[in-house]
Amino acid sequence: MLWRAVLTLLTAALLALFLLFITLPVASLFLRISPEEFLSSLTEPVVLDALSLSFVTATVSTVIVVLFGTPLALVNARRDYRGRELVDTLTDLPIVLPPAVAGLALLMAFGRRGVVGQYLDLFGIQIGFTTLAVVMAQVFVASPFYIRQARASFEAVDSLYEDAARTLGASPGTVALRITIPLAQAGLVSGAILSFARALGEFGATIMFAGNFQGRTQTMPLAIYTTMQGDMNAAISLSIILVVISFAVISAVKIVTRRKY
Amino acid sequence: MKVPTPATLVAICLLMIAGLLVAGCTTTEQAPETTTLTVFTAASLTGAFTDIGKAYEAQNENVKVDFVFDGSQTLRTQIEQGANADIFVSASTKHMKALQDGGFMENSTVTPFLGNSLALIVPVENQAGIAGVADLNKPGVKLVIGTKDVPFGDYTRQMLDKMAADPAYGQAYKDAVMKNVVSEETAVSSVVPKLALGEADAAIVYKSDVSKDDLTKVTRFDIPAEYNVVATYPLGILAESASKTEAASFIAFVRGPDGSAILTEYGFDPISG
Amino acid sequence: MLSIHTVRELRDYVLDVTLSVRSGETLVLIGENGSGKSTVLNLISGILTPDRGEVTLGDRTLFSSEGKTNIPPENRKVGHLFQSYALFPHMTVAENVAFGLRCRKVPRPTIAFSVANQLRVMHLADLADVNVGRLSGGQRQRVALARALVLNPDLLLLDEPLAAVDMRAQGAMRSELRGRIKNADIPCIVVTHNLRDALELGDRLCLLEEGRVVADGTPEEVLSMRENGFIESFAG
Repeated sequence: MLWRAVLTLLTAALLALFLLFITLPVASLFLRISPEEFLSSLTEPVVLDALSLSFVTATVSTVIVVLFGTPLALVNARRDYRGRELVDTLTDLPIVLPPAVAGLALLMAFGRRGVVGQYLDLFGIQIGFTTLAVVMAQVFVASPFYIRQARASFEAVDSLYEDAARTLGASPGTVALRITIPLAQAGLVSGAILSFARALGEFGATIMFAGNFQGRTQTMPLAIYTTMQGDMNAAISLSIILVVISFAVISAVKIVTRRKY
Repeated sequence: MKVPTPATLVAICLLMIAGLLVAGCTTTEQAPETTTLTVFTAASLTGAFTDIGKAYEAQNENVKVDFVFDGSQTLRTQIEQGANADIFVSASTKHMKALQDGGFMENSTVTPFLGNSLALIVPVENQAGIAGVADLNKPGVKLVIGTKDVPFGDYTRQMLDKMAADPAYGQAYKDAVMKNVVSEETAVSSVVPKLALGEADAAIVYKSDVSKDDLTKVTRFDIPAEYNVVATYPLGILAESASKTEAASFIAFVRGPDGSAILTEYGFDPISG
Repeated sequence: MLSIHTVRELRDYVLDVTLSVRSGETLVLIGENGSGKSTVLNLISGILTPDRGEVTLGDRTLFSSEGKTNIPPENRKVGHLFQSYALFPHMTVAENVAFGLRCRKVPRPTIAFSVANQLRVMHLADLADVNVGRLSGGQRQRVALARALVLNPDLLLLDEPLAAVDMRAQGAMRSELRGRIKNADIPCIVVTHNLRDALELGDRLCLLEEGRVVADGTPEEVLSMRENGFIESFAG
C-alpha cells in the first residue's frame, strides 16, 4: 500500500516537472514585461503592421487552402485511382520539410530566375518581396494540416449517406455540398483552424522567399525576430499575442471536434 | 500488449534519468586536459573565424574552439540572458559598449581589432544596370539593406544621411533609395544569396561579406570614402569566462600574423594593437 | 413493370439475375447473407453498375450494356430504402423529407406543401423539426419511407425495412408498410430475413443463392421447397 502511494507520488512529480518545463518559458514571457509596457508597445507601428499583415495573410492563405484542399481531400478519400498514395505523400510533404527547404524551393520555382518565375518575369510579374510571396509561403507550409484532417474527416463519413442522396436525386456535386461536407464539417473546421495557426506562425520560408519589410512582408514571427535586435518589449508583446492565439486555437479545435453526430 | 502500469513507467523514467547522469559524468571525465573555448562571433566574420579557428586548433591541440555565429544584437541578448561564452566578437562598438556597461565583459581586454567598410553589390547579370551608388535611386531598383538595429543596416542609413547632406545628392535621393528597399535583412548572410539568385538588384553590405566565391555571382562596387562608414569590430573576454588564459591566447592569435593574414584575405582591415 | 437482367462479377461469385416485377406487385428477395440480395437493389438503383445486362422500368431503359445507356442514380426515379435508413444526421425530419424535392429544384412553396402533406400521411407531422438522431427505429423507418415516397418514385426498393424497428412495433409497422406499398401502385422489391415480412408483404418470393435465382413463385410455392436447406431453416 505504501509502495503504491510512493509510486503515485512519483508519477505526479514527474508529470508536474514536465508541465513546469513547458509552462515556465511561456510564463516567463508574461513576467518579463509589465502590463503598461505591453499595452504601449501594442500601439507601435511595427507591432500593428505585423499584426494586421499576419491576420490578413493567414486568413487569405487559409481560404486558398480550403478552396483547393477540400476537393483534393474529397477525391482522395472517395476515389481509388493510380497514384493516389503518391499524391497523398506529396501533399503531406511540407509537414516534414524544414521551412528553410520550403523557402529555398519556392525561390527556385517562383524567384525571378526560378523555373516558373523567369517566365512570369517576362510579363513583369515578380513575386519575391511581395505580400503574395508571404501568402504563397504560408499556403505551402500550412496546406497539409488542412488536407490531412479533411481527408480523414471525409473518410469518416459513411458513404451510405452519399448513396442515399444519389437515389433521392442529388448529383455528385450536390452530394458533396449538401451531404459529405456538412457531415465532415467539424473536422474541416478544426483542420482549417490548425492550418490558420500554422500560417500565422510561418517564419523560415517567409523570410527566405518574401524577405522582411514592415507592412508588406514582415509578419508577426518576422517582426519578433527583427524587433528582438532593438526593441525587446515589442518582441515580447508580439510573442505574448502569438501565445494567446495559439492557446485559443488549440481550445477552439478541442471544442469544435467535441461536437459529433 | 499489456498496458504498462504507473510503476513500470516510473521505473523507465528513473532508468532514463540515471542513464543521462552516467552519460553526463563520463563526458566530463573524458576531457580533463582539453579546454573548450566558446566564441560568440558576429555573423559577418563567419568565414574568416572558421578558418582562424582551424588554424588555431592545429597549433594548440589541447584547445577546442566552438563558434556561435549570429547577428551581434542576438549574441548580445543571449549574453545578457546568461549564455555561457568566453569571447565576444562584435560587429559594432554599440553592442560591446552595452555589455561593458552591464558588467558582462572583462573591460581591460576589450579592444577594437578590425575595420570594415560598406560596399555596394549587384548580381553579375546586373539586370538593373547599376554602376554605383548614384544609380540606387532609379525607379524599380530592388534594393536590400539591413534593419536599422543591425550594424550594417545602421551604417547604411548613416551613409545615406551623409549623401542626403551633400547637395550633389540631397534628401530626395535618400527618399528615393529608401523607397526602393524591398527587404530589410537581420543578417548579412541572407543578403548575398538573394542577389546571387537574382531576386534583388542591389544590396549594401560589408565589403568583407563578399567572399571570393561570391565574386563569381555578384559584382562589388566601392562606395566613395566621403560617404562610407567604417565599422570597427571590437572583441573581448567575458567576465564570467572560466578559461581566461586560453581566451587571451586565442585573441593574441587572431591579432597576430596568422589571424591578420586570414582576415585580410576575407576583405577586412586588421587594426594593429 | 420492372425487368432486369444483370451480370456482375463479385468477389466470390458471378451475380447473374433475371427478374421482372409488375406494377403494384411486391417481390420479396430472400437468401443467405452474402447471396447478393442488397447488390441486386444497388444494381437497380444505380449505386452499382452491372458488367452487362439491361434494366428497364416501364418504357424507360435505366441501363443497357448493348445500348450503352447508364442513367445516373439521381435520374432513375427509384425509391431506395437502405437497411439502416441512412437518414441524414445533420438535418431535421422535414429537411430529410424535403431533400429530394430540393435537389429537383421544385419551387419552395410546393416543397413546403408536399413535405407537410407527406409528414401528415406518415403520422410524422409532430416530429417535423426534430433532428433525426432523436427518433425511434419505427419513426426512422417512416421518415425514410416518406423521404422516398414524396418524390413519387416509379419503383420502390426496400432493404430490410423492419430490421431496425422494435419487435413489439413490427406487426403494426408491417401492415402499415403493406398499405403504403399497395397505395403507391408501383413495382416493389423487398429484401428480408424475416418470414413474416415475406408472407405478409410479398406477392411473390424469390430465393437467391450465390447470385442466382434458384426459386421464384408465390410465397406458398417457394416455402414448400423444404428440400432446400435455406427454406428449411427460414420457414422454421
